[in-house]
Amino acid sequence: MMDSIAAKNGHTCIDWGQNIRKYGTIYAFLLLVMFNILFTRNFASMGTLWNLTIQVLPTMLTSLGMVLVISSGGIDISVGSVMAISAVTSGLVLTGKTPLLGTDTGMAVLAALVVALVLGLFNGVLVACFKIQPIIVTLILYIAGRGIAQLMNNGGTIVFYGNTFTEIGLYRVGGLVPVQLFVSILFVWIIAFLLKKTTFGYYVQGIGENGKAARLSGIRTAQVLISVYVISALLAGMAGLFECSRASCADPNAIGQLAEMDAIAAVAIGGTSMNGGKARIMGTIFGALIIQLISIMVNMNNIPFAYSRIFKAAIIILAVYLQREKRR
Amino acid sequence: MKKKNLFYAFCKKHGVVFALLALILAAALLFPEFASYGNVTNILNQNSMIGIISLGMTFVILTGGIDLSVGSLAALSSVLAAVLSPKGSLAIMILVPLAVCTAMGLLSGLIIAKLQIAPFIATLGMMMAARGIALVMTDGGVSVSVDTGVAETFRLFARSYLLRVPAPVWLFVLLLVTGLYIARRTRSGRYVYAVGGNEEAARMMGLQPEKIKIAVYTVNGLLAGLAGLILASRLGAGQPVTCDGWEMTAIAATAIGGTLLSGGRGGLGGTAIGVFIIGVISNMINLQGSLSSWWQSIITGLLLLFVVMLQSHARANGTGSTEIAG
Amino acid sequence: MEAMYLLEMRQIDKQFPGVHALDHVNFRVRAGEIHALMGENGAGKSTLMKILTGLYRKDTGEIILDGQQVSFNSPLEAQRAGISTIYQEINLIPYLSIAENIHLGREPMNRTGIDWKQVNQRAERILREMGVEADVTQPLCSYGTAVQQMVAIARAISVQAKLIVMDEPTSSLDEKEVEILFRQMRKLREKGIAIIFISHRLDEVFEICDTVTILKDGKLVSESPAAELSKLELVSRMIGRDATDVLRRKNGVYQGTGGVPVLEAHGITDKEKLRGVSLRIRQGEIVGLAGLLGAGRTELAKVIFGDNPDYTGTLAVNGQEVRWKAPRDAIAKGFAYCSEDRKAEGIFPHMSVRENMTMAILPRIARRGLVNVGRQKDIVDRYIKSLSIKTPGQEQLIRNLSGGNQQKVLLARWLCMEPRLIILDEPTRGIDIGAKAEIEALIQDIAGQGISVLLISSELEELVRNCHRVIVIRDGKNIGELESDMLSEGNIMRTIAQDILQEGGACI
Repeated sequence: MMDSIAAKNGHTCIDWGQNIRKYGTIYAFLLLVMFNILFTRNFASMGTLWNLTIQVLPTMLTSLGMVLVISSGGIDISVGSVMAISAVTSGLVLTGKTPLLGTDTGMAVLAALVVALVLGLFNGVLVACFKIQPIIVTLILYIAGRGIAQLMNNGGTIVFYGNTFTEIGLYRVGGLVPVQLFVSILFVWIIAFLLKKTTFGYYVQGIGENGKAARLSGIRTAQVLISVYVISALLAGMAGLFECSRASCADPNAIGQLAEMDAIAAVAIGGTSMNGGKARIMGTIFGALIIQLISIMVNMNNIPFAYSRIFKAAIIILAVYLQREKRR
Repeated sequence: MKKKNLFYAFCKKHGVVFALLALILAAALLFPEFASYGNVTNILNQNSMIGIISLGMTFVILTGGIDLSVGSLAALSSVLAAVLSPKGSLAIMILVPLAVCTAMGLLSGLIIAKLQIAPFIATLGMMMAARGIALVMTDGGVSVSVDTGVAETFRLFARSYLLRVPAPVWLFVLLLVTGLYIARRTRSGRYVYAVGGNEEAARMMGLQPEKIKIAVYTVNGLLAGLAGLILASRLGAGQPVTCDGWEMTAIAATAIGGTLLSGGRGGLGGTAIGVFIIGVISNMINLQGSLSSWWQSIITGLLLLFVVMLQSHARANGTGSTEIAG
Repeated sequence: MEAMYLLEMRQIDKQFPGVHALDHVNFRVRAGEIHALMGENGAGKSTLMKILTGLYRKDTGEIILDGQQVSFNSPLEAQRAGISTIYQEINLIPYLSIAENIHLGREPMNRTGIDWKQVNQRAERILREMGVEADVTQPLCSYGTAVQQMVAIARAISVQAKLIVMDEPTSSLDEKEVEILFRQMRKLREKGIAIIFISHRLDEVFEICDTVTILKDGKLVSESPAAELSKLELVSRMIGRDATDVLRRKNGVYQGTGGVPVLEAHGITDKEKLRGVSLRIRQGEIVGLAGLLGAGRTELAKVIFGDNPDYTGTLAVNGQEVRWKAPRDAIAKGFAYCSEDRKAEGIFPHMSVRENMTMAILPRIARRGLVNVGRQKDIVDRYIKSLSIKTPGQEQLIRNLSGGNQQKVLLARWLCMEPRLIILDEPTRGIDIGAKAEIEALIQDIAGQGISVLLISSELEELVRNCHRVIVIRDGKNIGELESDMLSEGNIMRTIAQDILQEGGACI
């Protein structure tokens, strides 16, 4: 009798907290959507949905990379710069400024991704082999990368119209569904698969939880860490490509500006601990959606854009607060 | 081998000083106008703002934290000063921005210490919020001029000279000396190091890490506000979109100066030198003329890379192996 | 020494979610006595001490210090009231100087700020009195664990404390340092200062303590003068059953084949502690590694397991020479290593029992990087049953398990690899006596299956009870080897002591 009462009490109060920690991000997203359906004119339309899926893609891709990095116990603040560099690279190829490579779309994409890969290797090797703190390593690329992107085309925006490359970003499947939706789903699936089903996923989270124990369990920590930063950079490169493909131009100043902050915010809102360990894929996806939804919401209500920042700030703090782990 | 170790140890300790001296020497040889009064005061003047912010940042980093909000806070401070200028009171123009920035720093501190949210996230939020407020106050990013009624007097804040040295530089030096004193000779200063070195131990030893953390973020907010005021005074306007990336420059200066980003070790002296290393490089690029300003960020990045590689090398060679033991 | 108590904790009660940590416990300490607080893990010792020092709040009850009712909200308040604490894990600041660590929080001030000269002089004096040689201006982290622990002790006794709480202060000290500590404790006792002493080493308790209070499952069992208590009685009160059962020697003589040794290490020398140590383990043999702290036991284990590739000497597995680059090379050859530091080197706290247990075996149950979850679950299920791990299920986070069950999960992590050799570094540290017995039984079982075991332990009893053969090392060198009839606590200690006498050298 006593036991059952105690158990019941224990249950209700523990479950409530756990529930928030587990599904809080999804609730928050649904709440936001509901709020908008009620108060934002024209919100409940397919147009808004397609808009959201298009706009969220860069944040989604970088967040997926970021959740891996943060889960491994690191952080990557260079994703914005990587986006800019790869976007400019593709622009250079497309406009024929790299005569050796031709102006083929495939070549532009390939060149951009190769550059991203190299940048990811740079981050990964410094973190894994030279044991330099991730925040400094990626700070180096954050600072230098923006300069490199600008230098590549003397600071100018590269404009390219009417080729296959721009069509990709504007393509709608069946004339309706933006290609971005499928790209999002594909990469969410890939990263979720990596984290849940493969040894690599176990290793990433294991290293983030306890690096020393991971090494003693026979994990090749350096190899895993390098892969993590490479994947993050590749996803950032991809994000940069989609961004400039949709805009038909590559602006080294604007592309990826504050993208790292959005990605980190999405991961944090999603409930992954900044100290590494368990990666929350579902949370991250909804974190990215929330970030983008706020922008759209502010936009559609003709509220000055600046308010979205204040609102995002409040959401981030609140979300992380609600999901934080209680100290014993 | 032994000799080599000593060399690395020496480099690690005094490397930044020599780096700065070497840079200055190189600059003086390459560019005759470098050593002119005008240029030197210019360097000092321009970097005093980043310098002031970096001092606060060093304390924050010493506790093992980070503060991404300082650039936004400085911008907010400059906007507030300009927006309040029509009231015609200098006191309001100065005190209100300082109070607001201090309060926001305090808020960051409270969020970090009381709600136990990672500093990176808490100050990322504050960074967005402060920038957002600055933009809202200026209709989305329009620069606001300081009201002509007070503009002249307000300008003096950044443009008056003592012994031919501009006031902001004096302010920076004053703050640096105060900071050094606090760090070395006061209990609170030592507790900053203790909290960054091992927070749990500090708590067990009877210190109150929460208070220390709240204090460093609050002070950092105040210093960011001060830097913003200097900026507003120099420009004669409040600009909501300036100071972008100041936080990263301050973090870079602190790291170049030898403070560990994990906290507990380092100091203000190194940071001050780090600030001027970045400053002199930027100045050299300006003087050179044909190099685009983008090189500035690339060179800063390379320099940061060089410094951390040197530190990592020293660690691998055993001179820094003690760091791991604790 | 009358009925006047310096500290009285009356009817202290504390509930944690699901656990009644302290059930109306009475605890009292006289001035000028050394008072042992004993109990298994989970008995409530540390909860009681954390309430006393202001880290936890009590639910009900009262604390009377020096005749006045007190209640502390932070360690600082407790310190100010004259209670100072030495924790088991060293709680000091690595980058600050030794002197500063001793004084942090109560630095002597002069008109211009902290008086560094006095800070350093005082620290030097205190350490010299304690017989510790160290440059007090150097960062703490440039010294080893033992010095650091002595600094922690120096810090605690340098305050004018009325009461000092020592929570396992000796766990990282060697015998000589323990002696220094005991000398200091006796001095403090003469000055009328009370000491609460928590230790799992029974010998120490009987050597130094006046009174013993025993807790069990959050309840007070007894309080009695140490002189009136026998070792056996103490143990049986702590675990509440017949103690002789626990202390029985389990092993017999090694009966395996005399074939090629599973592992032969020869002349292992590293850059720090090891100076040409050698050892040999046969199939199914349990070899103990004894020696004082700092003798190089863990260091040797790490070389054998490939965690320190920077050594000279040879390692041979089944007669074939090997050279590891990283632990995974050793793992591939069927080696396993359970670290002494479960928290820092063992568990992945926020991951499940399933994930924790299979972290090392993943490559074997995965094809092209894809984990076979079915097989994984089968393995975990099997080991939860066979090691009787108490967990609600495979998906329980490991940090929610008790220390003993965490240790079993870690053991399972290696046993499921079906290793050739398993190195167990202090496998029973910080585990309650019940779980200890289970783990010892498990060690016998492992060896019975033909797996070789290298057992490292500071508890000589444990070595004697479990091992076929014990290798004694000191300063990274072999100094003796004991087998069958010769294997006893006394002989191990004599081996260590004799060697010290012969060389006449200091131990530190």
